[in-house]
Amino acid sequence: MIPASFAYARPTTVDEALQAIAAGGEDVKILAGGQSLIPVMRLRLAAPETVVDITRVTELRGVREDGDSLVIGAMTTHHDVITDPLIAQYGKLIAEATETVADPAVRHRGTFGGALVHADPAGDLPAVALALDAEFVIAGLGGARRTVPATEFFVDYLTTALADGELLVEVRVPKLGSDWGVRYEKFNRVAQAWSIVAVAAAVRREGSRITEARIGLTNMGSTPIRARAVEAALVGADVSLETVTAAAAQAAEGTEPSSDLNAQADYRQHLARVLTRRAVTAAAGL
Amino acid sequence: MTQINVRVDGASYSDDVEPRTLLVHYLREQLGKVGTVVGCDTSNCGACTVHLDGESVKSCTVLAVQADGSEVTTIEGVADGATLHPVQKAFHEQHGLQCGYCTPGMIMASIDLLKNNPDPSEHEIREGIEGNLCRCTGYQNIVKAVQQAAGEMSSAGAHSVETTGAQA
Ligand SMILES: Cc1cc2nc3c(=O)[nH]c(=O)nc-3n(C[C@H](O)[C@H](O)[C@H](O)COP(=O)(O)OP(=O)(O)OC[C@H]3O[C@@H](n4cnc5c(N)ncnc54)[C@H](O)[C@@H]3O)c2cc1C
Ligand code: FES
Ligand code: FES
Repeated sequence: MIPASFAYARPTTVDEALQAIAAGGEDVKILAGGQSLIPVMRLRLAAPETVVDITRVTELRGVREDGDSLVIGAMTTHHDVITDPLIAQYGKLIAEATETVADPAVRHRGTFGGALVHADPAGDLPAVALALDAEFVIAGLGGARRTVPATEFFVDYLTTALADGELLVEVRVPKLGSDWGVRYEKFNRVAQAWSIVAVAAAVRREGSRITEARIGLTNMGSTPIRARAVEAALVGADVSLETVTAAAAQAAEGTEPSSDLNAQADYRQHLARVLTRRAVTAAAGL
Repeated sequence: MTQINVRVDGASYSDDVEPRTLLVHYLREQLGKVGTVVGCDTSNCGACTVHLDGESVKSCTVLAVQADGSEVTTIEGVADGATLHPVQKAFHEQHGLQCGYCTPGMIMASIDLLKNNPDPSEHEIREGIEGNLCRCTGYQNIVKAVQQAAGEMSSAGAHSVETTGAQA
């Protein structure tokens, strides 16, 4: 099907984009990579009055360093993320998860920011952002900026802390150096499919001891979830298959996954435990 | 209506389009480039794959207005006159198709894959064409076709380097 008619704006700066959003009427949609929005508009599940296309806002694109952080522009495409040298050095968990998103053609258009704002529980990047304690830099009308932590950004199914008229500008994540091991473990059944469950793990080792652990779960509830019990069990533990297996057994604690055609809730909880064990085992270098 | 200027398969066009027009519909209905087909309504099948500024995209999931100022290559623009592109030739010789509906997209995805990775493993080929569905072949001969094309393109590449070397 073809989308319903809309007015189209193509700003080239963040300020112009915010003005176009403010001037766009009641129902304005921001178009990033379009890889979720255009399908939804084609099915007429969305029929915005105005579409503000931010693909030419070049200041939103690219990855830079800022002290101990990586700053990823909202319009950096999945393809750009995978091929970026700074991401390769300090953001391997993001790269691993992004490689599992969709297929090469979708990754040429789809963006880091779009995937986070879309906030699909089965999307692969929200759990990574949560595990990394990402900070979301948001611009509002008049150009005012605010920063929202990942724990507050993901509010519900397809819902974030972004208010009407606001634009996600960039996302800050801590650099993970060579003392960190990472793994994104995704379970799905067919090519280019979304996660049934996935686990993002980052583990810092000093010798044989785990000193920090960050575990994010994909599709185990209406938002991404931190597996805090697993993290607590891992920190201070000696790295061994037994400790990792025992810690991973707590991965489903406090989760309320949905049941659908792909999996029942109890099966998802089983997957969370198995995938957490695999992800942490790999991240810890076992 | 919005005016767009695009180059498609080497020719320049200036056209008025509605913002909601999908790139694939512009290509097929306004330019008559019916080699690019539509196989689904969900951005899954990849039958509509073209190159936008040298990168594979699903042309049903890009607006025509977004191609303004860009270069588009469709399946109709990859052959060199009557000489098939090595990937087209390999699909023909390896029987990489049955009904042929997925073929334009498969070939465009494969050309993009080989540009980024001239010597892909079988696994890398399957991942590279992950966004393209084929209902007929079971993919086996498609993978063989991409392998053949990779071999021919890299030996052709090596040959032209040798030729240049000999001339220098
Ligand atoms: C076939 C297919 C398979 C896929 N498989 C996966 C998968 O396995 N895993 C996965 O994670 N994703 C998958 N995706 C989704 C893909 O990751 C999309 O790129 C992503 O969900 C949306 O990003 P986008 O840039 O295309 O955003 P768009 O579609 O342009 O926008 C999505 C939403 O976010 C809003 N938005 C976007 N950017 C901003 C911004 N900067 N500020 C404010 N609002 C904004 C838009 O208004 C819209 O509501 C798949 C998509 C397709 C078509
Ligand atoms: S027509 Fe199926 S992906 Fe474009
Ligand atoms: S040959 Fe028929 S769909 Fe691929």
